[in-house]
Amino acid sequence: MAVIVSLLVQFAQMLLVLALAPLLTGVVRKVKARFQRRIGASVFQPYRDLRRLMGKDVVLADNASWLFRVAPYTIFACTWVAAALVPTFATGLMFSWSGDLIVIAGLLGTARFVQALAALDIGTSFGGIGASREVMIASLAEPAMILIVLSVALIAGSTQLSVVADHMLNGQVGLRVSLALALVALTIVALAENARIPVDNPATHLELTMVHEAMVLEYSGRHLAMIELGVALKLLLYISMIACIFAPIGLAGANAGIGAFLIGGAAYVAKLAVGAVALGTFETSIAKMRVFRLPNFVGAALMLSLLGVLLLFVSRGM
Amino acid sequence: MIEIALSCIGLFCLLAVAGAGLGRASAGRFIVYGGCLLIGAILFGTGLLAIAEPAQRIALPLGVPWVGVHLRLDALSSFFLLLLGLGSAGASLFAIGYCAHDEEPQRVLPFYPLFLAGMTLVLLADDAFSFLFAWELMSLSSWALVMAQHRESGNAQAAFVYLLMAVFSGLTMLLAFGVLAGPTGGYAFDAMRAAHPSAGLTALIFALALAGAGSKAGLVPLHVWLPLAHPAAPSHVSALMSGVMTKIAVYGFIRVVFDLLGGAPWWAATIVLAVGGITAIMGVLHALMERDLKRLLAYSTVENIGIVFVGLGLALAFKANNFPAGAALALTAALFHALNHTLFKSLLFFGAGAVLHATGTRDIEKLGGLLQRMPLTSAAVLVGCFAISALPPMNGFASEWLTFQAILLRPELPQWGLKLSIPADGALLALAAALAAACFVRAFGIGFLGRPRTAAAGNAHEADRWSVAAMAGFAGLCLLTGLFPGVTIDLLAPVAHALVGAAMPWQTGDAWLTTIPVAASRSSYNALLLFVFVLGSGGIAAALVKRFGSSGLRRSPAWDCGFPDPSPMTQYTGASMGQPIKRVYGALAFHARDVVDMPAPGDTRAATHTVTRTDYIWDGVYVPLGQAVTWVSTYLNVLQFLTIRRYLGFVFILLILLLMALALWQ
Amino acid sequence: MLRGISFDIAHMLAGFLVLASFLMLYQDRLYALLNVLALHAFILALSVAWQAHIQHAPHLFITAIIALGFKAMLIPWALRKIVFRLGIHREIEAVGGIGLTMLAGIALVALSLEVMLPVTAHTDPVAREDIALALSVVLIGLLTMVTRRNAVSQIVGFMSLENGIILAATGARGMPLVVEISVAFSVLVAFIVVGIFLFRIRERFDSVDVGAIDLHRGGRQ
Repeated sequence: MAVIVSLLVQFAQMLLVLALAPLLTGVVRKVKARFQRRIGASVFQPYRDLRRLMGKDVVLADNASWLFRVAPYTIFACTWVAAALVPTFATGLMFSWSGDLIVIAGLLGTARFVQALAALDIGTSFGGIGASREVMIASLAEPAMILIVLSVALIAGSTQLSVVADHMLNGQVGLRVSLALALVALTIVALAENARIPVDNPATHLELTMVHEAMVLEYSGRHLAMIELGVALKLLLYISMIACIFAPIGLAGANAGIGAFLIGGAAYVAKLAVGAVALGTFETSIAKMRVFRLPNFVGAALMLSLLGVLLLFVSRGM
Repeated sequence: MIEIALSCIGLFCLLAVAGAGLGRASAGRFIVYGGCLLIGAILFGTGLLAIAEPAQRIALPLGVPWVGVHLRLDALSSFFLLLLGLGSAGASLFAIGYCAHDEEPQRVLPFYPLFLAGMTLVLLADDAFSFLFAWELMSLSSWALVMAQHRESGNAQAAFVYLLMAVFSGLTMLLAFGVLAGPTGGYAFDAMRAAHPSAGLTALIFALALAGAGSKAGLVPLHVWLPLAHPAAPSHVSALMSGVMTKIAVYGFIRVVFDLLGGAPWWAATIVLAVGGITAIMGVLHALMERDLKRLLAYSTVENIGIVFVGLGLALAFKANNFPAGAALALTAALFHALNHTLFKSLLFFGAGAVLHATGTRDIEKLGGLLQRMPLTSAAVLVGCFAISALPPMNGFASEWLTFQAILLRPELPQWGLKLSIPADGALLALAAALAAACFVRAFGIGFLGRPRTAAAGNAHEADRWSVAAMAGFAGLCLLTGLFPGVTIDLLAPVAHALVGAAMPWQTGDAWLTTIPVAASRSSYNALLLFVFVLGSGGIAAALVKRFGSSGLRRSPAWDCGFPDPSPMTQYTGASMGQPIKRVYGALAFHARDVVDMPAPGDTRAATHTVTRTDYIWDGVYVPLGQAVTWVSTYLNVLQFLTIRRYLGFVFILLILLLMALALWQ
Repeated sequence: MLRGISFDIAHMLAGFLVLASFLMLYQDRLYALLNVLALHAFILALSVAWQAHIQHAPHLFITAIIALGFKAMLIPWALRKIVFRLGIHREIEAVGGIGLTMLAGIALVALSLEVMLPVTAHTDPVAREDIALALSVVLIGLLTMVTRRNAVSQIVGFMSLENGIILAATGARGMPLVVEISVAFSVLVAFIVVGIFLFRIRERFDSVDVGAIDLHRGGRQ
């Protein structure tokens, strides 16, 4: 019986992230629109977009291979499973033990690898430009992510997100210099990984500075829908991860009752809302960077996270 | 068990004789490679069965008087025997098909079994003489294999550099054993284990072993032969050299430092960590800039050797600080990565060989669109690319994940050097992993995806059945070792126990086959579950979308923002794909410079874009070294034209000097 | 527990000061650099105030106020004026290899920790890591001065260096107020001198790039 309940909770979490992800994107867009003094589309617009795209046939380039057709589902599945490993409303879910933070970073890496390959599959120059820039940014963001994981793990004594959240929740951590460095670095990594301003502009097309949109240029119909859903899930994943590590307030324990789950869920939705508003505000207040200034920006995250790890190795009190 | 391994060496030698005799006969290929395949399988089985057994010894009345030939099969050599068997069986299977069109099989057939015999003997040797004999046998036979296609330009030079590095490696190993044996001359490994050299001698032995084994394995700055020799050798030999021989070198390092020396002081660990980290990052950066598929793979081998040495350095650091559990984790991670590298690098070299055979070129800028023309080869290579890029759920991720767990294990080491170098290595390792992913996106994306850039690539055909079988088998093994990392970890338990006195917790008994390196509350990883999850959720999503959404599909020309380019030459090239990365890291790593010469309007000159790169190590170390040797030999040339009396005088003076040295020594 | 929190906050502020120093290394626009300088001094003021609070040393509050008033407001404001009048406010400095510079900064942090932590092994743990961090602020300030060519950025580097010294002094307990004030005033005087100097070199060489001065030095070839 207990197994069935924990299985149900696990699936509830997976469905929750899937259901909330487009809404999060919608809220961010709404916030940005309001800042630009536009009314903006409804926060539910991403759902409509997805439904519309799902209903459309795929127009496939003549020379597209099977890899191109498998990629959208792979990207979606990897991102979804990674998102399911992040505690949202409760820690210690049934399958949270199947992967730790490094595995989450690895799954996102798999998704990106497939994405970049799919971009190169048709053999158009837009795909190439997107893929080459994506791997360049990832070559800085991914190690930064790993180093952030290392500093968090050195403090919490675990790379397992559930354990980290419990540890942070217990309040023995206090304020740490290295955690502050990790937070700054993780924010930069999250911006870079999600192709947000100032790294990439999610609203642009046909601009030579674009990265992510250039890679998915050849996609259409249901394939594009899967990719868009994957993008929304990834944004949700990063906000959930930041919330889980740095603000684990309200997270329910592993075997808590339904009440704790509800509180955790409410807290989670509130955290997402805060994250969405913060992201929208930040994106409105800053300009997109030139591509070759990005290495400095993302490299700063790498350096800060390295500094954090170094401080922890030198002195456990930092 | 050891008798089986010994008879395998004998069989290899017989096959070498058969290869020399059969020469050009078409049956030679089946006999030699088929035989090597069988013997490889036997060696694999022997290693698998012997790994948990106590060490077995055998002494043969051969070789140097009073010393004889001592052979020993313990857990460490069993593991490497397993790895050797696997790699050689795969390469032989591949070769049966691949060498069907070989024009001069007599240049490969005799040396191939000899090479395998040499490597097997290195693993079994239990005294310095047989070890060095086997080491040199391995070097020389592989040199002959590198020379197999000696008429192609550059191959002879590659073989020469390889020979020089092999001589260097043999010399340093010889000196290391000489110092280990001490003045009493205990050349049996047992005597060396029992001896406890002083701190200064330990340092010397460590440095010599690192240089000797490192030059064979490809540690920076001794890696120069790999990108030269690997492309020169036939592909199945490259697979063996890269996948197996570099591991034999790793074995040599472990045998000397972990076993014979019994560990090293902490500062030695910092050196290994630093060299390993730099090797990993330099290797992958060079790989990212290469357009020759096999050179790219050779540089990627350098990277992976770096990762293995980072693991070994961590193990040394923990061992020096009396933390056997940590040393066991780090050592297991290093050996696991060595095994993984054998699997995926052999696979990738097979793929490169198949592509070379099908298109006649190794240049990725002349390939493209192979996924449709060589579907099976490409699919296998894709699996290899996933594995080498350390992506879950493949095996490369499992071993790098373990290495990260080892890094996290104990930050409170007392030595400052370790406190600083371990996190720095964590950063380098993470950077290398991300760059490796970029490198293989580039290699696969430019070489196998897109549209064919040349007619040769457009007319490519699928490889033969033997080759495809070898590639598919290794791809399957990459996936299996990735999905069940616990099996390999448990396999390595006796090795870790023998070398560092502890082993990782037993894995295969855990629920759901979860891998738990230390404790469940610290970290856990279940590749199988994740794989099933990803497959399941992807499959269900696809099914649902097709059921409730659309399922139609229409082919049309590529969109490309409305301007599809008619010529395949307008695709992104490998150089343009690597350009952003070159711009970020290139200035520092190899002083990369882009010079654009844009003529003024009206000028009819063609615009040019020149990229210059400097290989600091080649230009800074090897070129001056070569110049110095030339300079010295020019001056010593005088010695060639002396009278007999003077030569005798030299011999006499030397004799007197040696006698005086002996008198002073005593 | 209370001690734990006060300890943590002191560390946190010192760490933020190091972070602001890194921001300074990273930033290549002059106005933004001046904002970072103001932030740097503001964090210093907070840190000093916190030290005053936990050490019950009211005179440190004066130091904090000096830091806040002079360094976080007056000097950045004056520099901003200067930059505007020199007409270089749109200039972007060519800083070669920010990644490399930051890596060097990290190495400096590691170095100062390695030097200071064993030396101060027996002192108060709060002061211990604070001093190590303060030393890294000083070293990064020097690094900023070394890597920049623009005289204004060099002043900024100098100011951050001085902030590091103040941080070390307040953490160490027992620096007399007189020294404090005299240091503050010496900085102010230095600032005025440098300000005049800036206009002078500008008049002479039509640039504030210190490389230009080098060209006019005697005794060179």
